[in-house]
Amino acid sequence: MTTTTADAPARKRLSPRKRAQRARIIQYAGLGLIVLLGVLFVDGRQMVNVFFRPDVIAKTIAPELGRALLNTVIYTIGAFIFGLILGTVLALMRLSSVAVNRWLASIYIEFFRGVPAIIVFMAFSLLPLAIPGLRLPLDPYGAVWMALGLVAAAYMAETIRAGIQAVPKGQLEAARSLGMPAGMATQKIVLPQAFRIVTPPLTNELILLTKDSSLVYVLGLTSEAYELTKYGRELATTYANLTPLVIAGLSYLIITLPLTFLVRRLEAQATKAR
Amino acid sequence: MTTTTIPTGLRDDEIQIYDLHKSFGDVEVLKGISTIIHRGEVVCVIGPSGSGKSTLLRCVNLLEQPTKGRIFILNEEITDPDAFFDDLRTKMGMVFQQFNLFPHLTVLDNCTIAPINVLKKKKTDVEKFALENLAKVGLEDRGHSYPAQLSGGQQQRVAIARALTMDPELMLFDEPTSALDPELVGDVLSVMRDLANSGMTMMVVTHEMAFAREVADRVIFMDGGVIVEEGPPDEVIGNPRHERTKTFLRRVLDPTHADPGEEDAAYAKRHEVDGVRDSEGSSQDLHPPTH
Repeated sequence: MTTTTADAPARKRLSPRKRAQRARIIQYAGLGLIVLLGVLFVDGRQMVNVFFRPDVIAKTIAPELGRALLNTVIYTIGAFIFGLILGTVLALMRLSSVAVNRWLASIYIEFFRGVPAIIVFMAFSLLPLAIPGLRLPLDPYGAVWMALGLVAAAYMAETIRAGIQAVPKGQLEAARSLGMPAGMATQKIVLPQAFRIVTPPLTNELILLTKDSSLVYVLGLTSEAYELTKYGRELATTYANLTPLVIAGLSYLIITLPLTFLVRRLEAQATKAR
Repeated sequence: MTTTTIPTGLRDDEIQIYDLHKSFGDVEVLKGISTIIHRGEVVCVIGPSGSGKSTLLRCVNLLEQPTKGRIFILNEEITDPDAFFDDLRTKMGMVFQQFNLFPHLTVLDNCTIAPINVLKKKKTDVEKFALENLAKVGLEDRGHSYPAQLSGGQQQRVAIARALTMDPELMLFDEPTSALDPELVGDVLSVMRDLANSGMTMMVVTHEMAFAREVADRVIFMDGGVIVEEGPPDEVIGNPRHERTKTFLRRVLDPTHADPGEEDAAYAKRHEVDGVRDSEGSSQDLHPPTH
């Protein structure tokens, strides 16, 4: 409608540019208000004392922190490799022509995706009790890799299955028309392309796994095997102060931020290749 | 059309098709196709979309499982449930409409991966042979490129070289130029012409009437899942006997001056008779069948 009716109050219409301008001003004002409230009500010194006490920071940043960081990385990478292998097997089982394989894979995936990881880890820690004489290799790494990997595999299996199904049907047809048996075509033609498709989501999975490695403390580890969260918790108890946990938390960013950056680049590449 | 009901056993009969039927669900796409393709023969299969010509070609190397009928490749039955169809497939090269090159492999690796892994040939020999075939299609200098770096026409020529590196006895082409920009069609067709002249047995599903007329030894016109007419190109394309062939050719050869509604009428008539639906669902077939 272009004409204003006479009985409507003559209100000044804002151009789209002015409207957008006004919306921005309101947003800035809101943010400014939050900062103002923070300055007024938060006691800075108390804040530093609870979360960033300098003497505790100095004691936390020790060679042990480096070892905890390294352990986190080792746990994550090992679990990722374990989960990737198991996840690929599960994905292929879900796409199998044998019905029992499909059922087993579905049950596994739904179980481990639906149950809290920490309960899985607790149950896992009791496995040597349930099966006397059970010794997992590379103690304690073997146990951590398996516990984390079992859960991660369920998530990765679904990602990899989607990747396999995203490879165009013509690729399999071309491979089969060259005389490749089904297994060879999957291994040489379909899987390499599927993994290319799922590299960004799998890297995301690696980030989640890095953070999930903080749950392995329930497996009961010796102090040399502490990862970042456990290390932070122990020191926080010792000094009756939260600062070590904050430092531990920030240390995760050393791992996760570069990975986040990597995911973004991989996704950009994938978009460009399309 | 002579329908033989037993395999001939003749050495020269490379593809024998007997009473081939294929249904997708309730829709019968092929309704009894029989034909024999001899060594060195170039057969072009033409016909409107939805006539079943691509399905016929895909049945020959078992990318589609026939519902009924028997197919013999080099006098071995590929439709036998216990056939070693992977072995038979190594003897027939297939070229797809969408090229289907392997995007994660270089041009050279695309050509060599199957001969090395399936035929267990020596890598150095295979690479030498692959380069010869790439030279035949005019791409010997692109061995280290990836498919995405090539034009559609170049990709299709690589696909032909890939099939040739298996050293096949015969070649199947499924609308090899239909996905190409018009200016790129010529290079692919000239490679195919050279191949035909070299004596290769070829079964070509195509819309390129000029190519069919020049290169084919025999043209098969299909419509509604049956072979309507077949014979030398000068007869089938130059002087068609059947009304359906005439209508189809008139529309293909001079689409600008075709009678309006003619294709719709022909389509309706086809579907009145047999109710065939195009499995690929091309735009021409968006009209609902009128019965």
